[in-house]
Amino acid sequence: MLEAFTEFFRQLADDYPRWNFIFFHEPRQWARIVKGLQHTIVLSFACVIFSVIIGVVGAWMQSSPSVWIRRFVQGYIQFFRNTPPFVQLLFFYFALGQFTPAVTGPDGWTQVPLISNIGWAIISLSFFAGAFNVEIFRSGIEAVPESTQEAASALGFSRLQTYTDIVLPLAFRVSLPALNNNLVNLVKTTTQAIAIAVPELLYQSVSIWSDYPSAQYPTMILLFFSFIFLVGILVFGMSRWERSMRIPGYGG
Amino acid sequence: MSHHEWTDDQPIVSINNVHKSFGNLEVLKGISMDVMKGEVICIIGPSGSGKSTLIRCVNALNDIQSGSIKVEGLEVNDKDLNKLELRKKVGMVFQQYNLFPHKTALENIMMAPIKVLKQDRAEVEERARGLIAKVRLQGKEGAYPGELSGGQQQRVAIARSLAMSPDIMLFDEVTAALDPETVKEVLVTIKDLAEEGMTCMLVTHEMGFAKEIADHIYFTDRGVIVEHGPPATFFDKAEDPRTREFLSQIL
Ligand SMILES: Nc1ncnc2c1ncn2[C@@H]1O[C@H](COP(=O)(O)OP(=O)(O)O)[C@@H](O)[C@H]1O
Ligand SMILES: [Mg+2]
Repeated sequence: MLEAFTEFFRQLADDYPRWNFIFFHEPRQWARIVKGLQHTIVLSFACVIFSVIIGVVGAWMQSSPSVWIRRFVQGYIQFFRNTPPFVQLLFFYFALGQFTPAVTGPDGWTQVPLISNIGWAIISLSFFAGAFNVEIFRSGIEAVPESTQEAASALGFSRLQTYTDIVLPLAFRVSLPALNNNLVNLVKTTTQAIAIAVPELLYQSVSIWSDYPSAQYPTMILLFFSFIFLVGILVFGMSRWERSMRIPGYGG
Repeated sequence: MSHHEWTDDQPIVSINNVHKSFGNLEVLKGISMDVMKGEVICIIGPSGSGKSTLIRCVNALNDIQSGSIKVEGLEVNDKDLNKLELRKKVGMVFQQYNLFPHKTALENIMMAPIKVLKQDRAEVEERARGLIAKVRLQGKEGAYPGELSGGQQQRVAIARSLAMSPDIMLFDEVTAALDPETVKEVLVTIKDLAEEGMTCMLVTHEMGFAKEIADHIYFTDRGVIVEHGPPATFFDKAEDPRTREFLSQIL
C-alpha cells in the first residue's frame, strides 16, 4: 500500500519534472517536513497561549487607575502593532539576543545562548500577537456594562476579583470572533520565524526546494495544505470552546 | 475620627450635611438624615433630584465632597475607608438587577460569599438555597438570568445581596423597570424583609407601598430634602408646595 503510494509519486516526478513530490518518496525529505511541522506546532501553540496571556494582562493594565501604566501599555501596542513582525524577530534575536547570558551546553564545554532562536521567536511573536489581543480584549471589556461591575463592587468584590470573575468571562465571549481571527493570523505568521532560522515548516520547505528545485511547487502545495489543516484544528477548537461557553438566554 | 464602638441605640446610618457634585453640577446640597436600626425609610422625589446619588453614597459607590456619612460608626467619607468592611454591612439592589449573566441564579447568590468572604462552599450553597426559597424562586436555581423574567431576576438580586448577611439594604427604584404584574412579587419580598427587621433605605415611586411599609418618608428636590415625616403626616399634611405638587401628580 505504502509502496504503491511512493511508487506513484516517484513515477509522477519522472513523467513531470516540475511536480516532484520528493517528500513522498524520499524518507530524508519526509523527515525534514515532519521536523518542520513539529516546530511549527510548538511555535504556534506556545505563541497562542502566551499572546492570550499577554492580552488578558495587558487589558487589565489598561484599566489601571495609573496613567503611567496605561501609557506603557499603549506604547507597547503602538510599537508591536505598527512595525513588521519580520523585523521584530530579527531585532529580538540579533539585537537583544546578544545581551542575554550564555550557558554551558549539554556537551559540557560549548557556550550556548540561554534563549535559543526558537525561544526568541516565541517571545517576539507572542508580543506581536499579544498587542492585538490587548485591543481585542479591551473592546470586549468595554462591552461589559459598568453597572454589572458596580454590582460586583457593591458585593465587596475587589477590582481584580471583578476583572477575573465577572468582566473577563463576559469579555472573552464577546471577543472570541476577533480573537479567532488574530490567532489564525498568528499561526500563519509563525512562518516568519524563518528570518532567524527556526527550523519550522517554511524553513524546511525552502531548504528542500533549494536542494531540489523540481520540488518547489509540490512543496508549496504541501505548505498550503499543512496550514489549512493546522488553522482548521485551531478554528475547530475555538468554536468548540465558544459553544461550551454559550450562556442560555444571553447574547447572540 | 472617633473609633468608639457603635451601639444600636445610635443611628445605624447617619448622614450629615452631605454635598456631592459631578464636575460643576451640584447634585446633593447639604443632605442630612438619620436611620435607626430596623427602620424602613423611603426617599421620593422627581427624577434627577439626586435620590440615586444619595443612596449610592451610603455604600461608597459615589464619593462625596463634604459632610459625613456614618454606617454603624464607620465613616464612609474617609480616604482610608476599608470598602470591604462597609460593603459587608450594606447590601444594594439596583433598578436594572445587574445580575452576572454568565452565572445561574444559585451561582449569582453564592459567588460573593465564596469569593469575597471565603466561606465554605457547602455552607454557602445551603444558605443560598434557603434564600432562593425565601424569595419564592424554588426550581429556578439552575436558570441563567437571561432565562428569568425581570421580577424573577430582581428577586435573585435581592437574594444575592442577602447572602452577604448585610445589616442595611439599599433599594434604588427596584421595581421601576418591571412589568406591572411582576412589581408586586418584588414588593412582597421587600415587605417580608422589612417585617423581619432589616434596615431598609428605598428610593421608590410606589407611593402606596411607601405609605404601607415606611417608618419615615423623605421628599427630595434638586439636591435638598424639602420635607420629611412619618407616612401618616407626610401624605396628608405635606406643607411645601413642591411636595404637594409632586404628590398630586403621582397619586
Ligand atoms: N456619574 C454621573 N456623572 C455626571 N452626572 C451624574 C452622574 N450620576 C448622576 N448624575 C446627575 O446627577 C443628577 C442626579 O441624578 P440621580 O441621583 O440619578 O437622580 P435621581 O435618582 O433622583 O433621578 C442628575 O442631573 C444626573 O444627570
Ligand atoms: Mg435614580
